[in-house]
Amino acid sequence: MTCLPANTDKKLGLVIDLDTCVGCQACVTACKEWNTGGHMAPLTDIDPYGGHVDGVWFNRVHSYEHTTEMGGRTVNFPRSCLHCDTPACVTVCPTGASYKRASDGIVLIDEDKCIGCKLCSWACPYGAREFDTDVGVMKKCTLCVDRIYNDNLAEEDRVPACVAACPTSARHFGDLGDPHSAVSQLVMERGGVDLMPELGYHPTNKYLPPRAQTQRAASVPAKALEPVRAEGGFLGWVDRMLSN
Amino acid sequence: MHPAFSVVFFTTATGAGYGLLALLGVLGGFQVIAPDFWLGFVGLGLALGLIAAGLLSSTGHLGRPERAWRAFSQWRSSWLSREGVASVITFIPAGLFGIGWVSLGHTGGWVAIAGFLAACAAVVTVCTTGMIYASLRPIAQWHSRYTLPGYLIFSAMTGSVLLNALLQAFGAASMAVLAFSLLTTLAGWGWKLATWRYNDRLEIPTTANTATGLAGGTVRSLEWPHTEENYLLKEMGFRIARKHSARLRQITQLLAFALPVLLLAATFALPWPFAAIFSVLAVMVQFAGMLVERWLFFAEAKHTVTLYYGR
Repeated sequence: MTCLPANTDKKLGLVIDLDTCVGCQACVTACKEWNTGGHMAPLTDIDPYGGHVDGVWFNRVHSYEHTTEMGGRTVNFPRSCLHCDTPACVTVCPTGASYKRASDGIVLIDEDKCIGCKLCSWACPYGAREFDTDVGVMKKCTLCVDRIYNDNLAEEDRVPACVAACPTSARHFGDLGDPHSAVSQLVMERGGVDLMPELGYHPTNKYLPPRAQTQRAASVPAKALEPVRAEGGFLGWVDRMLSN
Repeated sequence: MHPAFSVVFFTTATGAGYGLLALLGVLGGFQVIAPDFWLGFVGLGLALGLIAAGLLSSTGHLGRPERAWRAFSQWRSSWLSREGVASVITFIPAGLFGIGWVSLGHTGGWVAIAGFLAACAAVVTVCTTGMIYASLRPIAQWHSRYTLPGYLIFSAMTGSVLLNALLQAFGAASMAVLAFSLLTTLAGWGWKLATWRYNDRLEIPTTANTATGLAGGTVRSLEWPHTEENYLLKEMGFRIARKHSARLRQITQLLAFALPVLLLAATFALPWPFAAIFSVLAVMVQFAGMLVERWLFFAEAKHTVTLYYGR
């Protein structure tokens, strides 16, 4: 059923640190690489070497210029499914292909039931769902459901591919339903926020805003070199030669 | 939003079809329109034909149309599923009404009940169609109190203009139906103007700031994640130039409302066959106008995902 579970045992999701994300696209590539052979495979590419490249990606990194009275700065912004608590993409689904798992809160699509009506992508404010024109069904982030419970992987690898790939540890994975989990603590400490909270989707994933800007770098310049007293002898000759 | 022709045609055709079905069901069942085999056959055939053509057209934009039957299963949560269920259920009383009113020439009794139920089912189906759009929070122009009444008014309008043309063509003109079609067209015009006025003054709380969680100041898109347009931009990033939008609104007003009002008003004073010709012209002009209106309904709707792309 596309009715939502009243509550979920866990709320698995991501915490994305906009302060440390450098926009290297490693998470994007790692996601594509894993998932094109994973649960929602394939992640179709259309005309990959041509002039009109198109294809399905679960994770996309934007770059923004955020300008405030403190000045401007570049913010790299990874965008993927937020595995919302009240995902309208699930309730609008006419076939029951979209569902939210009661066990861990992950929002998934049963590809065999999807008729490709695209209504779920209209209902998602975040653009998390992308239609695969080749297969004729909708696709989306699975939170690497085929990694995080995968006994064939070493325990440290049982995290989403994007989290494993991030070189700056800007992506964190965990249970956001548990207030004592590391990710929940991180959200508390850093004042993590919901995207578009006014729409009422209650996203599970949280974003950590960039830390406050400081003037430290500009206010502590390297000290100027002190003048050296003229010396005679060999060192004096070297000094004169180098000064010319 | 990208105006897919299959969906534009679907909502226009089924709107007219359900409107005509509802009017035939009530007016025929309660003998306001006397039973006449050919009038009933053509009228009900046209109504059900428009509905069937619209429903078939709507499967045209599906990625996997062979699985369309699955869409009847999730009526507990999905307006699209409810629309599917309601549209199919409508055929049952409509079919019974057709047998009674058209084939047997009966009115009253079970035929009136079937006609009344068909009308109720038609109204319910149009409501479910409207709610599909009205329930989408990411699209502020659709998630408004104007959307659902709009669908109902336009269905009544196109259905009654169609019924008037049928009655005029069969020489069974009804002044009440003609007056009703004129009034609903005026109501549709007013409602469309009010909707545009509301949308033009809309202050959408969702901004690039709330979309990215970056509070205060301005958020400007520096770089997209991709160089070419992707599915999101093709489906939801549709943009229409303001000057085209203004021109298309004028065309909508002319074709869907102004010309039909003039043609229908002239019909009052004209004898057969001119009254019939004017009435049929009103249908054709209005249908073309409503296709433009529905195209604009999509083209002018802005999805929140466009904020991520600086659009």
